[in-house]
Amino acid sequence: MEKTLNQKAWLLVLPVLVLVSFSAVIPLMTVVNYAIQDAFAGEFYPLENKFEWFSMLLESERMWSALGRQAAFSAIILAIEVPLGIIVALNMPKRGAWASFCLVVMSLPLLIPWNVVGTIWQIFGRVDIGLLGYVLDSLNIPYNYTQDFLSAWGTVIVMDVWHWTSLVALLAYAGLQSIPDAYYQAAKIDQASRWKVFRYIELPKMSGVLTIAILLRFMDSFKIYTEPFVLTGGGPGNATTFLSIDLVKMALGQFDLGPAAAFSIMYFLVILLISWVFYTVMTNLDKKDGV
Amino acid sequence: MAKITLDNLAHSYLPGATREEDFALKELNHDWNDGEAYALLGASGCGKSTLLNIISGLLRPSQGRVLFDGVDVTDAPTAARNIAQVFQFPVVYDTMSVRDNLAFPLRNRGADPTYIANRVQQIARMIGMEEQLGRKARGLTADAKQKISLGRGMVREDVNALLFDEPLTVIDPHMKWELRTQLKSLHHEFGHTMIYVTHDQTEALTFADKVVVMHDGRVVQIGTPEELFERPDHTFVGYFIGSPGMNVIPARVEGRTAHINGSEVPLGHGYGAPGGKVEIGVRPEFAELTENDGLPVKIRRVEDVGRHKIVRADFFGTELNVIAREGQNIGPDMTRVRFDPARINVYADDWRIAPDGGQTGPAGEAA
Repeated sequence: MEKTLNQKAWLLVLPVLVLVSFSAVIPLMTVVNYAIQDAFAGEFYPLENKFEWFSMLLESERMWSALGRQAAFSAIILAIEVPLGIIVALNMPKRGAWASFCLVVMSLPLLIPWNVVGTIWQIFGRVDIGLLGYVLDSLNIPYNYTQDFLSAWGTVIVMDVWHWTSLVALLAYAGLQSIPDAYYQAAKIDQASRWKVFRYIELPKMSGVLTIAILLRFMDSFKIYTEPFVLTGGGPGNATTFLSIDLVKMALGQFDLGPAAAFSIMYFLVILLISWVFYTVMTNLDKKDGV
Repeated sequence: MAKITLDNLAHSYLPGATREEDFALKELNHDWNDGEAYALLGASGCGKSTLLNIISGLLRPSQGRVLFDGVDVTDAPTAARNIAQVFQFPVVYDTMSVRDNLAFPLRNRGADPTYIANRVQQIARMIGMEEQLGRKARGLTADAKQKISLGRGMVREDVNALLFDEPLTVIDPHMKWELRTQLKSLHHEFGHTMIYVTHDQTEALTFADKVVVMHDGRVVQIGTPEELFERPDHTFVGYFIGSPGMNVIPARVEGRTAHINGSEVPLGHGYGAPGGKVEIGVRPEFAELTENDGLPVKIRRVEDVGRHKIVRADFFGTELNVIAREGQNIGPDMTRVRFDPARINVYADDWRIAPDGGQTGPAGEAA
């Protein structure tokens, strides 16, 4: 049978093309445009070396230290939130009214807007009127997140743990709920210890959702901006200036549009690369198990 | 290995249940003798698995005691009872190799590594998985996984009892037969007390020395396969065992005669004049179609199953099954049915009446 040729079908793809162009392609290309030229007073001037901004950034101590802080922050919150989320999920009731209650309470921090979270902790930690800051101060524990490096980092980390552990816990809980009772019964029959039940039944059954949880938490924490910005503004000094805070300083504070655009592109690529490597490694491990 | 005693046992899944129909497992006294192989047979939802889980300690009975060799273990946790149990659906530890799966129960008890290695090899040979010992359990077929579950159940030699909860449901028919034979030879070799839950009568009758038939949360009969066939204590046993099951016909019984719709049927023994809901039970094997002797029937259809023919007939408005031997001709003029008087059982309110006039019932020899 002869196929009818109808080029009008392209029209059906058009809305998507337009949408994607405006939402992703055009903004991204604008950034590329800035990254390889010198923008000054509304005019673009060509660069001698197209990658001048990139090489400048790669040589700058400022970007590397921001990247270091960012990596440390992501590593610390993952190291806390993943085990803590699993522990919380293991201790949540499996069914009944309490299970629903726990689920609702756990979801609450996830519903609060980022800047509100920042504000809450900003006030909570103040030495003069905040509950946390006031109590610590009265106990003669040196605490001041506006001046002390450790206090600032501690507060930023605790804030993130408070905000996002629920997400890991909820995902882990979903994984646990999918384990049939027979597994626990068989483990009892086999006289397995609590640790072995966790190691050989619960953890393998949760590995899928945990991969997603780690991936989500990594991407999100690597992009963190609002909460520390509201809490510490990146200080004291540059102590909590993470990549995105640094980027905003560069782009809007100093109006260095070229370097900031180059920064954005590298930032995006780094997140993409790490996520891709992590996901590939995890799914390959899964496949290897099957053989 | 132990003798397991169930003393005054009952279980309800509802808290504070008092009405009899709330109990998934009705009051029960029973000894499982050391070293015997039992089959627990009954329709789905009759309380078989409940009983099994109580014995293994996964469930605490709401009433009564469980004793192992006279020691009360009602409150002992599963681990302390040293019982092996295999479930209906395969449970394997995905991330472990087949070898580690089989060794798992032994390692948890701290057994000697060389003993473990030998024992695992032996079990692997038994379930036919020697070649797959090194691979991960994940990704195996349901068949293979269930064989691993069975192997894990059998790997400990010192268990008090081996419990099987419909373990061959997911196994394909050929392998089913082979594994059942292996279980039987295992029983002969080691003499474990075994309880095998199933709803498949062939499986029950071929596996066990004694078959325990459950119906509606109650044990209705315990006996050898022969006893269950010849003298079902309860109409349910008659109906559930046999293919097709026993014909149960409402009747009025006086002495050695049963009256059915005005016709008389001679009985092999005297029964007095039982009251209540009286029925006679005749297995299709002991009914015979004739041309002019017996009660009137109308043949509905004939199913030839090879060795014999099953005749489905209309008998005073209810269905009656008759098994005709191979080679026997069934013609349109066969309008009568005759029962073998010695093989007729009489039931009052579903329980068999002993010919001397005594009655077997829930409080009688069955329990």
